Amino acid sequence: MTVIDSRRTPLTFDSIVPGTGLAVALKLSRADLIATVAASNLRGRGGAGFPTATKWNLAAAAKVAEGECKFVVCNADEGEPGTFKDRVLLTEYAPLVFEGMTIAARAVGAKRGILYLRGEYVYLRPALDAELARRRKDGVLGAAIGGVAGFDFDVEIRMGAGAYVCGEETALIESLEGQRGEPRNRPPFPVDTGFRNQPTVVNNVETLAAVTAILAKGPEFFRKLGSERSAGFKLFSVSGDCDAPGVYEFPLGLTLRELLEQAGGTDAKAVQVGGASGVCVPAAQFGRRIAFEDVATGGSIIVFGPHRDMLAVAKNFMEFFCEESCGQCTPCREGNAKLLEGIRMLERGECSTAYLRELRLLGETMQLASKCGLGQSSPNAFLSIVEHFPDEVLGRSLAAAGGTR
Amino acid sequence: MLVGSQQKLQDDIRALVQRHGRTRDALLPILQDLQAKHACVPDFAMQVVADELGLHPAEVYGVVSFYAFLGHEPRGRFVVRLCRTVSCELARTAPVARQLENELGIAFGETTRDGRFSLEWAACLGLCDQGPALLVNDRVYTKVTPERVHAIVEDCRRVFGAHAAQTEPAAHAAQPALAAEGGVTP
Ligand SMILES: Cc1cc2nc3c(=O)[nH]c(=O)nc-3n(C[C@H](O)[C@H](O)[C@H](O)COP(=O)(O)O)c2cc1C
Ligand code: SF4
Ligand code: FES
Repeated sequence: MTVIDSRRTPLTFDSIVPGTGLAVALKLSRADLIATVAASNLRGRGGAGFPTATKWNLAAAAKVAEGECKFVVCNADEGEPGTFKDRVLLTEYAPLVFEGMTIAARAVGAKRGILYLRGEYVYLRPALDAELARRRKDGVLGAAIGGVAGFDFDVEIRMGAGAYVCGEETALIESLEGQRGEPRNRPPFPVDTGFRNQPTVVNNVETLAAVTAILAKGPEFFRKLGSERSAGFKLFSVSGDCDAPGVYEFPLGLTLRELLEQAGGTDAKAVQVGGASGVCVPAAQFGRRIAFEDVATGGSIIVFGPHRDMLAVAKNFMEFFCEESCGQCTPCREGNAKLLEGIRMLERGECSTAYLRELRLLGETMQLASKCGLGQSSPNAFLSIVEHFPDEVLGRSLAAAGGTR
Repeated sequence: MLVGSQQKLQDDIRALVQRHGRTRDALLPILQDLQAKHACVPDFAMQVVADELGLHPAEVYGVVSFYAFLGHEPRGRFVVRLCRTVSCELARTAPVARQLENELGIAFGETTRDGRFSLEWAACLGLCDQGPALLVNDRVYTKVTPERVHAIVEDCRRVFGAHAAQTEPAAHAAQPALAAEGGVTP
């Protein structure tokens, strides 16, 4: 039986003994616990890069309604095209992920945890359920965790049902509440008005595992890695035209070229950083750094070899967004459809430069006017591809239309 | 729908409400379990669920129609979902898609007339380093080639045969007993 092992480099998580992080956390006051995470400079690994300690501080300070409780949600909806590192974490390092949830619960005073697992990952569920059962037996979930009176916390798993937008944290909460996964207006933010209108921390799988590592090895170890504004190690999901696709761990701040050397893709003509909602970086810019201050990413790196048709790539992404837009707001619902139509015109060689300019303006409007991150970022790939590959995009003949090859 | 099967559906729903609770946040788990057992959430079931949870049926319909994994049309016993996102496309999804259509005799979005197979497109399955990737129910197949498609389909047919021999067919989420090469047991 084949086992899917995507790991291509050793991971820091291999060196973390489960239980160590939580043991350290239980010895700290809540304020000191959050201060430790703050000292690591950890920023969210789900894409947006929000400082984790800041989020926890807000949730810790937020008030709970009578008879209700705070929640910690692990966002395991991993739907960004080209991302699969959370699958690896949930398969190989689930104890560290659940431990991170427990540490988060300790920090903010949450009683309930929810792992929101995308429907496509249902095959991971039996092992995750078994791990939860094991943790209850070992007393690291349930009542008085670690013998600390009043520290009660348990985790349940809820399944997604095939909707990318449910990875957006407010859509995720809507979904948990039995609604269509339509993002909410923000503010209020989940940290004070989340699941059941109670304070809710939503963190990515990798963020939570990193918290466990930070507690176990100390914040200094983490902050020393990476760049000034992008601390720590990060997992990258590398796919596409390279010799060794898979999951890599690097400190943030490395250049795209350095990453491509590791994965065997130095002849690439472009790399999509950050998945469908990220940007397409051409070879001339491979000296750019993967970091929040330069090219940000939740970890998706898709490599395009010299022979690829970049317009076909843009089309694939735009089809994805047309399918996955929740349709709630006009810029996104109509805008994505218009951009896709424009890409089809370009494909047939029927798009004037003036109309292409209109499309670019539309894309910029969507970035500004869409309600959630999906519509705000869906034009990115199209915009960066027409910017960097004008000669591939304009003046095509019908014969060139087709797949990515 | 026959009265007997309506009764059974009603009983199933009551049991699910018992298990997941009568609150609004139980709606999705209830619908997911119904989908798994009955291969769809029929209109009649939406009505019953709405009554049980004190909702308007249109709200239940709104939820069922939102999620790709739920639907009111019956799906096949085996739902084949092929990733159509970019990394898999680079690894050549197109010939696999074509061969799936050939082997099953249906197009994407359709269900075979015997109710065994549905063929669907999926968004990125999180197996982008192993494409082309597909799911059959909750089983993963990676690095699929057109040549392997036949074995994957046959794998399912064998299981179906085994289940069909029983008087009461097992749950709809039947799994192939044997994985083709590259199949991964959960
Ligand atoms: C359309 C969309 C999809 C998203 N999908 C995910 C996802 O699958 N996993 C994830 O962790 N965050 C996803 N996010 C980001 C979440 O909204 C949220 O910022 C994140 O879970 C916060 O966790 P972090 O601070 O630990 O990164 C998505 C955002 C948008 C706009
Ligand atoms: S931007 Fe798109 S996905 Fe987000 S709320 Fe608007 S329509 Fe829905
Ligand atoms: S692109 Fe096919 S699994 Fe991600």
